Amino acid sequence: MTWARTILIGCGVLALIAYPWVFSSNYASNVGFLVLFAAYLGQTWNIAGGFAGQTSFGHVVFFGTGAYVSTILQATYGVNPWLAWPFAALAGAFVGWLIGVLGYRAGLKGSYFALITLAVAEVGRIVANSVPITKGGLGILLRADPRPSNFQFTDPVWFYYLALALCLSSMLIAWRLKRTRFGARLAAIRENEDAAQALGIDSFREKVKCLALSGGLCGAGGTVYVQKYLYIDPSIAFGVDKSVEMLLVTMIGGAGTVAGPLIGSGVLHLVGEVTRDLGGMLPGIGNAEPLSIIVYGAVLIAIVAWLPDGLIGLFSKRGGKARHA
Amino acid sequence: MLEVRSLTKSFGGLAAIDQVSIDVGANEVVALIGPNGAGKTTLFSCIAGFTRPDAGSVLFLGRDVTGLPPHRICAKGIARTFQITQPFARLSVLENVMIGAYHTTRVRREAEAQAIDVVHQLGLSRQLDMRADALTLAGCKRLELARALATRPKLLLLDEVMAGLNPIEVEDIVREVRRVHEGGVAILLIEHVMQAVVSLAARVYVLSNGHIIANGSPEQVATDPVVVEAYLGHGAAARLTRASADA
Repeated sequence: MTWARTILIGCGVLALIAYPWVFSSNYASNVGFLVLFAAYLGQTWNIAGGFAGQTSFGHVVFFGTGAYVSTILQATYGVNPWLAWPFAALAGAFVGWLIGVLGYRAGLKGSYFALITLAVAEVGRIVANSVPITKGGLGILLRADPRPSNFQFTDPVWFYYLALALCLSSMLIAWRLKRTRFGARLAAIRENEDAAQALGIDSFREKVKCLALSGGLCGAGGTVYVQKYLYIDPSIAFGVDKSVEMLLVTMIGGAGTVAGPLIGSGVLHLVGEVTRDLGGMLPGIGNAEPLSIIVYGAVLIAIVAWLPDGLIGLFSKRGGKARHA
Repeated sequence: MLEVRSLTKSFGGLAAIDQVSIDVGANEVVALIGPNGAGKTTLFSCIAGFTRPDAGSVLFLGRDVTGLPPHRICAKGIARTFQITQPFARLSVLENVMIGAYHTTRVRREAEAQAIDVVHQLGLSRQLDMRADALTLAGCKRLELARALATRPKLLLLDEVMAGLNPIEVEDIVREVRRVHEGGVAILLIEHVMQAVVSLAARVYVLSNGHIIANGSPEQVATDPVVVEAYLGHGAAARLTRASADA
């Protein structure tokens, strides 16, 4: 079993490394980047939402904060983007810490916590729209200067590999989390917070730590996004659709699992690509975008109804039916 | 070991417990009984830090622990179980108990070894990898006990660990609890099952309407007219005495 699993993981990693050689077009690299990048962001959501049960509807606030911090440092203060990158992570972690301290101090749980994160992200969007430092709704355009030392690459394959490295690192963190005391405590808090406290767990502290970790990783993702597209504006940085995407890839793949976000992201993008091609053929649905949204919705409903543990639940012993036992 | 002094807690003007004082000595088993709604669980909740008392104090090993949050109380060496079992439903039995064991170590392997020990001790070995939500009620009660024990407490607060079990299961749990006690852990238990109270506790407190109305050996309190009236209503003690005199 473990051998089979090791081989499977090895093959998977090799396939991901080989992918740009097999599909060498820029298009393929870009799609690959999107899949891995969404998987990475999904994993940062998963650390809070999946492992600790801290469902967030506004995870984009960490992404946006990180994106703006490194971009402003770069565009306004001339800091090298590689150097600015850790500050994006720190800023994301700080926002996570702050939301945690304020929200958990106020005793917010479940959907109340989720709504607060949604509100905070919205505040982020409004602030970014109105303060001069972010150049408001105009957004910030980074000067194209493709040099590796400048965190810009002409060949999109480098962004693919960067996203791959990030994605695998986040999976490694999630895997570690499953076998440390910190991770065990988060699982306990997710399952039953009262019981966790009775067993000596300072749930407030652990939840704040978890949200800071998740926010920091998510913030680091923000930098990568801006370096790739060289542009950020308030609705990209704090738009609700990115929050939804993070949540969606994780739920579809399997929340609280190491591979869930990657699997979910792969499937979601596959569905997206197929429906985009199909969209033109179907009468009555001329535009492809609404169709893919309809299909997303249908897929999500199906997953929640029949596969509460996500696609990965299909393969694991513990998944699926046992939940209702 | 545990000294509760004049503890008072009201909910919206109704005193759930009023000026309650109890003691549990080192290595003692003490039972807390009383009719439904007497305030037993509220008292537990105040001791374990889940409810902040309005007045009074809780001393543990000579230190004031009144109003500390639950995790700090646990760190002092008091572990509790819940009347309504609170398993980590989607974790395995082993993982459940490991959460308790992680209280004493941060090393995974040690926590696991320690948890397996406790699981074995409580006869849950066969359910080791079973998910907690697949356990029977008796299994859940054992799991509650196992998790609490894994934190290596000095004092164990057991809230109706026998309720809902059949007589054979009760006997089993009584045996486990006794063994825990012999291992040097003091125990305060809330219990309705008199079979368990009589065979475990040296001393019994009776709580009724938020007041301690009696305190003594199980035999003493069971025949105390005040206690009989608390359970069976005003005048019950007199009727009982008359009935047994007639018989």
